[in-house]
Amino acid sequence: MPSSELWAVDLLGRVFTLSTAGQLWELCRDAQLEFKRVSAAAPCCWGIACDNQVYVHVGASDVPIRCREEAYENQRWNPVGGFCETLLPSDRWPWSDVSGLQHRPLDGVALPSPHWEWESDWYVDENFGGEPTEKGGWTYAIDFPATYTRDKRWNSCVRRRRWTRYRRYKSRDTWAKIPSEDGPQRLPDPFSDLSVGGWEITDEPVGRLSVWAVSLQGKVWYREDVSHPNPEGSSWSLVDTPGEAVQISCGPHDLLWVSLWEGQALVREGINRNNPKGSSWSVVEPPTSENGILHVSAGVGVVWAVTKDRKVWFRRGVNSHNPCGTSWIEMVGEMMMVNVGLNDQVWGIGWADRALYFRQGVTQSELSGKTWKAIVAGRECDGSRSGSSSSLLSAGCFFGDEVRGGGESRVPSDSEAKRPGPDPERDVEVAGPASAPAELPWTNIDLKEPKKGPSHAAADFAEATNLSSLALLPLGLEEPDSADCHALWAWVSGGGCAVEAHTTLKWFTVHSGLSASMQMPSLSITPAQTAAWRKQIFQQLTERTKRELENFRHYEQAVEQSVWVKTGALQWWCDWKPHKWVDVRVALEQFTGHDGVRDSILFIYYVVHEEKKYIHVFLNEVTALVPVFSEAKHSFAVYTPERTRQRWPVRLAAATEQDMSDWLALLDLSCCESRRVHGRPSPQAIWSVTCKGDVFVSEPSPDLEAAEHWLPCDQMFWRQMGGHLRVVEANSRGVVWGIGYDRTAWVYTGGYGGGCFQGLASSTSNIYTQSDVKCVYIYENQRWNPVTGYTSRGLPTDRHMWSDATGLQECTKASTKPPSLQWTWVSDWFVDFSVPGGTDQEGWQYASDFPALYHGHKTMKDFVRRRCWTRKCKLVTSGPWLEVAPIALGDVSIIPEIPGAHGSGPGIALWAVSDKGDVLCRLGVSELNPAGSSWLHVGTDQPFASVSVGGCYQVWAVARDGSAFYRGSVSPSKPAGDCWYLIPSPPKQRLKQVSVGHTAVFALDENGNLWYRQGVTPSYPQGTSWEHVSNNVRHVSVGPLDQVWVIASKVQGSRSLSQGTVCRRTGVQPLEPKGQGWDYGIGGGWDHLSVRASATRAPRSSSQETAGERRREQGLPSGPSKVAGAPQETPNPVCC
Amino acid sequence: MTDDKDVLRDVWFGRIPTCFTLCQDEITEREAEPYYLLLPRVSYLTLVTDKVKKHFQKVMRQEDISEIWFEYEGTPLKWHYPIGLLFDLLASSSALPWNITVHFKSFPEKDLLHCPSKDVIEAHFMSCVKEADALKHKSQVINEMQKKDHKQLWMGLQNDRFDQFWAINRKLMEYPAEENGFRYIPFRIYQTTTERPFIQKLFRPVATDGQLHTLGDLLKEVCPSVVAPEDGEKKNQVMIHGIEPMLETPLQWLSEHLSYPDNFLHISIIPQPTD
Repeated sequence: MPSSELWAVDLLGRVFTLSTAGQLWELCRDAQLEFKRVSAAAPCCWGIACDNQVYVHVGASDVPIRCREEAYENQRWNPVGGFCETLLPSDRWPWSDVSGLQHRPLDGVALPSPHWEWESDWYVDENFGGEPTEKGGWTYAIDFPATYTRDKRWNSCVRRRRWTRYRRYKSRDTWAKIPSEDGPQRLPDPFSDLSVGGWEITDEPVGRLSVWAVSLQGKVWYREDVSHPNPEGSSWSLVDTPGEAVQISCGPHDLLWVSLWEGQALVREGINRNNPKGSSWSVVEPPTSENGILHVSAGVGVVWAVTKDRKVWFRRGVNSHNPCGTSWIEMVGEMMMVNVGLNDQVWGIGWADRALYFRQGVTQSELSGKTWKAIVAGRECDGSRSGSSSSLLSAGCFFGDEVRGGGESRVPSDSEAKRPGPDPERDVEVAGPASAPAELPWTNIDLKEPKKGPSHAAADFAEATNLSSLALLPLGLEEPDSADCHALWAWVSGGGCAVEAHTTLKWFTVHSGLSASMQMPSLSITPAQTAAWRKQIFQQLTERTKRELENFRHYEQAVEQSVWVKTGALQWWCDWKPHKWVDVRVALEQFTGHDGVRDSILFIYYVVHEEKKYIHVFLNEVTALVPVFSEAKHSFAVYTPERTRQRWPVRLAAATEQDMSDWLALLDLSCCESRRVHGRPSPQAIWSVTCKGDVFVSEPSPDLEAAEHWLPCDQMFWRQMGGHLRVVEANSRGVVWGIGYDRTAWVYTGGYGGGCFQGLASSTSNIYTQSDVKCVYIYENQRWNPVTGYTSRGLPTDRHMWSDATGLQECTKASTKPPSLQWTWVSDWFVDFSVPGGTDQEGWQYASDFPALYHGHKTMKDFVRRRCWTRKCKLVTSGPWLEVAPIALGDVSIIPEIPGAHGSGPGIALWAVSDKGDVLCRLGVSELNPAGSSWLHVGTDQPFASVSVGGCYQVWAVARDGSAFYRGSVSPSKPAGDCWYLIPSPPKQRLKQVSVGHTAVFALDENGNLWYRQGVTPSYPQGTSWEHVSNNVRHVSVGPLDQVWVIASKVQGSRSLSQGTVCRRTGVQPLEPKGQGWDYGIGGGWDHLSVRASATRAPRSSSQETAGERRREQGLPSGPSKVAGAPQETPNPVCC
Repeated sequence: MTDDKDVLRDVWFGRIPTCFTLCQDEITEREAEPYYLLLPRVSYLTLVTDKVKKHFQKVMRQEDISEIWFEYEGTPLKWHYPIGLLFDLLASSSALPWNITVHFKSFPEKDLLHCPSKDVIEAHFMSCVKEADALKHKSQVINEMQKKDHKQLWMGLQNDRFDQFWAINRKLMEYPAEENGFRYIPFRIYQTTTERPFIQKLFRPVATDGQLHTLGDLLKEVCPSVVAPEDGEKKNQVMIHGIEPMLETPLQWLSEHLSYPDNFLHISIIPQPTD
């Protein structure tokens, strides 16, 4: 769980952040600015400072925010000077934008604000649709505007080329002033409130935010074009309101509530993906007519409000379809303000004490939560204070009604240009809600004499509300806090603060200075693991065993080992037709051999035609125990080499999750014990992931990569590690990284077990909670008829009107379940607009008939349409993984090394592609710090999809448009290299993945073809051409010995077909790097594999291999003629 | 070895090669051969010596057989101490195998408890486990367990089944995440040089300043005479399971990993051999 931050402003206008993992408020840098309001989102925070200007604070990140500026240089051919800048009078500008309509000289392109800087100078883009152009990046055409080609023809009269330059947002981790309006629109009057939200409405553009503000005159403004690449937005636009607004709140999704001077609330209707500003307002009356609404705060499915009598209210029944909700419920407590953050969690500032409260117990099923709990985290600026914990703990919780004197219309808002400070007693009465807000009321908090907590108030409160928050009442009314005793808060924003059920917060107790700097668990090895005492115990135990046992092994054991049996009832997917689940009794018999090794047999007793029969499995033959995807059953598959070849495992199902975990853990333990495998996997282990997200590890035996008599891959033993991943990549120095379905990056901690492997099957330390989120998709299908247009009434032959992607299965919103019982829904169904082919505004895709190619706009020939609905589900498990925050990844690659070949060099090269397509290089990765320290961003001209770093620092990558790139000059001293070289893809193919071994380069295209890069030499590392190796490949991993392993799409066994099978390329030799055939291993249902740590060379042929390799490294052409030069004394098939 | 789990395994599978000889005073029908056995360190003498008993009874007359007891160099061996403790305390400096003398008569009533059946051992073992959990968790963990879990602990010990035992025992070794360890560390310190059978006091794993207590801290607190002065000569060995952990070892870690199955840390203090 990565940490996130709560933002708050104290009465002096200082902005603080509190990490979910920390227990100290940290003062936001830029202390010279004082703030009135802040509103946070995950990547940034907006605020209004006391100078009435709006500021945005974008957090620091290793990935820069960069934007491409481009300009086109246009030229026309004339017989005298050839191509030159002299154009015809009717032509476009010599320097223009892409359309040619706008004049765009290079020196006329300016930075949009002082917060940007140029990354480099202008340069010519030589990439034209994935193909490198001839010199200078020119593309040719007959005339402007026309279709441009990269080849110059006899009739090419004009040419153009694109100049590009990147600008970079530089004001990160600091408050950047939003430039005042200088457009034609008149300047908005100063803002008094502001709210950011709406990031869940749409992902386009990336990081889009809705930023809303209220001006002193009560007008509502919307900031246009705020997104990740444009954090400042472009301009303010006015949104008309039926009344004068005082305060505004925008939820993460489509809720927008405004409180009015008159005490009602306005609710924005019609906010959606196509119209994030919404279309109309509705009015919601306050809970009671005498006390109007002072403050509102909206979440995803909740709205909280504070009325003028400081009471807190919860709005019931709020959601996207009914943004107004149904009714108010009064909550316990008196608050200044409340703020709803991520996951509908709520924070508030107490009315009487100005302390900060967190609403505990807010869950999806109980959105109103249980109690207010005071946050008593210390502040770094008053860290020296000690002994105040007792008063801190008792401070607050007096929701007494002692401060009523100010009159009903007093508005506790800090919206005044002058900050509260020297003259806090000034207490301005406002005549009425309609009075001009030129002089706003002070909050009536008294800095010098905070309200005493009179005992009667507490008693009143206890009587009035004998409800849930009683526990919060202080036990004894100790001395009331004084102003300098705890922070007095003015504003809080939880929009960037993710608190979930399993988050443990340390905010509620005061810690001494020693433990206050508690951090997230980090991967640096803890002192306990390296301490001398620990080493000494391990060493002495070994010596003791030697001393006391070595010469006495022939002695009889005092306790005889008995046979131990565990029995139970499971279901078994029977081996013959009709295949179905049948109830069986199972028994696991364990016995101990004379050598102390345990062995076990699993018996499955079934009844057929009233005759009792059984099948059995020797656990020392089992090669994998694999949990299987099933919506309804807790099932797993048991593989042996024979069953792997048949593609027909023994499938068993348990009645409960616990039952299955118990069996799986026990069988796993027995398998591991009979193979003497336990503890953490070796650094050279082969890692893989199934389509269910389960992680499997196999120890490579020395003969696995032997040239002959290799170990067939169906005999490899795979054991499960805890955790849930989509991608896992390893390196032979024990560095392993994973990527979850939600693209979170994880690093292996060196533990084992977790998930369902508890107790003995799990390591004591290095196991952490891990969560993952994925989407489930269903399709809504409609057919057109001439009377009613598109309806959900199809032809009798049509697919289900609600179906899966293929249309074969009926999938309705109600009947579709999460993929397995481990997953729970965490969102409602929403339309997915990011489907290939594009959609219209409502998400529909059109086609002439089912099934067909769908496109995003309706034409005359389209008679059917469909749209994709998505729902998110979440899984929480545990495993030896720690999150590498904060950048989400799409792909990762670690340098494949041969132990000892390079020595243990300084750092381990690790490259990744972020979820946004940025290429990144991790710095500081080593055995002791596998997570590394920071990302180095490697600039690209387009988003990338896949990256791979080879054993000699050759970095290859594939862009999202399917073209390949080689990164030049990467070395340990220059970890990011210098520039990209475009490598044309195989003809008519779009590449999707690349894997580089020691020297071999393999790439995979979108049609499942595997390609080998021919002609790669040290002097020409880009190689010359792609050679086809095989089809039917889903994923490729090339190891440090240039061994080639893949996940094959389909493999036919003797009994059934499996999809997603681990395969090894056979016959791969230095002189035949493409290999000859396939050896089939475990599957199906495998998704990902990494052999990049497996550097165990077969002992016999190693000298030959190195000889061959050396030859190739010298750049000698590889061919049979050269083999004659190799030593012939030992006729070894390796060479031939 | 990198994981602490391996320590548990090593501790559990500790064995002491032992040679049992019948006492000269016992009347036999024919000469009794010595009997050799690997005794589990973590178990109890009367629990694992059925074979020894059978072996010697074969050469004796029925009427000469009464309750079996064991003695080493004149010291009767208390069956209710774990075997590893007895060995560390009395015989760790002597050569292997451990020579134990077997007696069937003149039971030393004042030194030993009677052990008429395995139920007595079970009762003793379980009472130790409960006492330890009272110290560690105010008995909360052991009381929440079911009867069958208690039985599994005992059966695990009796049948020398590490997995079976630890499947339950790990729960006794857990502590709340917000704490840094148990409430008190269950330990007993044994010395051959004193009359007192053992020392047992309340001792917390974490000091008031948040620092973890070490083995050295414990010894300084409860038997300061044992700890050698900084520059002085080492006079004593502090032994658990036949090894001498460094005095810097955190006590909480020791309690979790080097406790006997009864959940106590049995620490032997023996004079430094002078060789």
